Amino acid sequence: MKIILKDVTLLNPEQKLNEKKDLLIEDGIISKVGGMTEEDYEKSTVYEFAGKYCVPGLFDMHVHLREPGREDEETIETGSNAAAAGGFTEIACMPNTTPDIDSAEIVRYIKEKSKDHLVEVYPIAAATKKRQGEAISPMFELYEAGAVGFSDDGVAIKTASVLKNALEYSKMFDVPIIEHCEDETLADGAMNEGITSTILGLPPLPSVSEDIIVIRDILMAEYTGGKVHIAHISTKKAVELVRWAKERNINVTAEVTPHHFTLTDESLKTYDTNFKMSPPLRSAEDVEAIIEGLKDGTIDCIASDHAPHSIEEKEMEFIYAPNGILGLETELGLAISELVHKKRITMEQLVEKLSINPRKILNLPVPKFKTGEKANLTIIDPDLIWTVDVSKFKSKSKNSPFDKKLLTGKAVAVINKRKMYYEDKFIDI
Amino acid sequence: MSLSSRHLLGLYGVPKEDIQLILDTATTFREVLERPIKKVPTLQGKTIVNLFYENSTRTRISFELAQKRLSADTVNFSTSTSSAKKGESFKDTVRNIEAMKVDMIVVRHQSAGVPYFLTRISKANIINAGDGLHEHPTQALLDMYSIREKFGTLKGLNVCIVGDIAHSRVAMSNIFGLKTMGANVSVCGPSTMIPFGIEDLGVKVCKNIDEAIKNNDVLNVLRIQLERDAGSRIPSVREYHNFFGITSERLEKNNKNILILHPGPINRGVELSSEVADGPYQIILDQVTNGVAVRMAVLYLLGTMN
Repeated sequence: MKIILKDVTLLNPEQKLNEKKDLLIEDGIISKVGGMTEEDYEKSTVYEFAGKYCVPGLFDMHVHLREPGREDEETIETGSNAAAAGGFTEIACMPNTTPDIDSAEIVRYIKEKSKDHLVEVYPIAAATKKRQGEAISPMFELYEAGAVGFSDDGVAIKTASVLKNALEYSKMFDVPIIEHCEDETLADGAMNEGITSTILGLPPLPSVSEDIIVIRDILMAEYTGGKVHIAHISTKKAVELVRWAKERNINVTAEVTPHHFTLTDESLKTYDTNFKMSPPLRSAEDVEAIIEGLKDGTIDCIASDHAPHSIEEKEMEFIYAPNGILGLETELGLAISELVHKKRITMEQLVEKLSINPRKILNLPVPKFKTGEKANLTIIDPDLIWTVDVSKFKSKSKNSPFDKKLLTGKAVAVINKRKMYYEDKFIDI
Repeated sequence: MSLSSRHLLGLYGVPKEDIQLILDTATTFREVLERPIKKVPTLQGKTIVNLFYENSTRTRISFELAQKRLSADTVNFSTSTSSAKKGESFKDTVRNIEAMKVDMIVVRHQSAGVPYFLTRISKANIINAGDGLHEHPTQALLDMYSIREKFGTLKGLNVCIVGDIAHSRVAMSNIFGLKTMGANVSVCGPSTMIPFGIEDLGVKVCKNIDEAIKNNDVLNVLRIQLERDAGSRIPSVREYHNFFGITSERLEKNNKNILILHPGPINRGVELSSEVADGPYQIILDQVTNGVAVRMAVLYLLGTMN
């Protein structure tokens, strides 16, 4: 099958490409970039995308799919549908499932379950056995089965000595250790420590709990030469520490979630558990530092930390409600609305952070707009104004603090693995 | 006149006029409590549930008495465990209770914000009887009432709250209420018990109990909650008493006109010496009596709103 994406602006900073052209895709392979003939138009299904960007398929490297174990909250399929609706062609899923992703068998199970879907799912395996922080997981075996990173996500690797082993071992195949940075001895709070936690009387969680682990991990990355990726960075100090590390060429990268660059701890004033997350929402000063970090490249990428929870679990007393919110279907809209339209980053930077850098961190190839390449792309309308409606989400859960929020910018189509998601439908191409 | 909100969730942001109205109304009910027949028919036909998820003796009895004095029908629901742990969600418990046609819910819960949550899942008037470390508004109102009874006003008074401020919902409600009413509020206690950013609320921090006694008209002394991990925040009860305990000697030496409040129950020999707890400076039992009058005022004002 032949399709033409007409009048689209091809944007790929990796290729130094920002040009309006037609793209011909034949049986899932890019067969022409510009230079269409009359015959090409006649024999193809033509999609008019004037005023829209075509970028390498978006990649979210921090997603919780809940399968195996909590299929009532999300499955590999529903999570992948949510990813496609949000503009993503590839995602990486975190290992804190039940059981944890700490055996080759589970890695293969996830790969198998997702193989026929448009969205490619890359498992991130546990860094330690059962994520208990006592001994490193069978990383080589997990890597061979398809794991692209290692993490004890939900918690940091418990001790510096186990982290040292994990970094040294993972160096053999150049796979990052992805860290949830939180010192567990300081982490018994329910929200960021600040004047708002004092007013609300919620148990406070100081930002230094994150900073302590960030500096520990940076020093360990420097010492071992291993690769550390800081997940969902949220504090001003942590951004400064990563900047310091990068200036010294220490092998450290970092990601941020849309909620950490759009919301502050003041959002908790109504005790709505949809604002309860880990790390917690921080101060306005932290948010500003994060946006500066995105701008100057200290923060490499944007990831959702998509964390589905059932209504029953979220709708309860604040201190008992679980942490986490949905992210896949609002991520791009929030990033364009809050960062691009407010002129904090450019569209090129957005593509780097949502498409190119996550793949580089995980050693995966970046899709190119070139004849002979597989079509793996996202079409973005940066000016489309839409209202978030959780009842229409593809995700199985509905826990989003952004319901009814007006956003500008949305993915209007994604193409990958000979499939296209367009106008709410999957089409074989 | 009526209150500006149909719930009493806390004193943060509550306008001065509302607090004034509650305190003035309480004066009327205080007089009722002195009559031989201490009952008025004001809330006859109203059903009130006391939803106590956390242990309480005096607050629950105070509310229950206040309700009975107003002729309301009262139902008590107590549990020391969380609904989540029991299997039924808090939301379902509340929905079930509400289906029995209740008009008002008085709630105490270990999780801050539960009264707010209740306003979203129930149509009843909600009164916060203490939620986690957040607020305990009726305790602060009765404290303010008791202070006003002694001084005739709250405006311009120097009030210091002493003890574990960081883990006290009584302290937070007192701070918000007293500030709104024009008092000068300070706090005194070990640094580990002073909450983050308290100065941003216009509250002074004092680390020396003698200075606190010297510079204030009122000390509202909080209970050191030995059962709630106080041990990790102070080296020992003995050291706490030595540096922050209120003794007769300290009062005699620094300020013979000071008024001592305490929400109870008292740890004798810890925050107050026994001599002070029973002595002429304190009004601890007046606070308890005033508590019924203040709660009657709150129940009356909310229960008779449209």
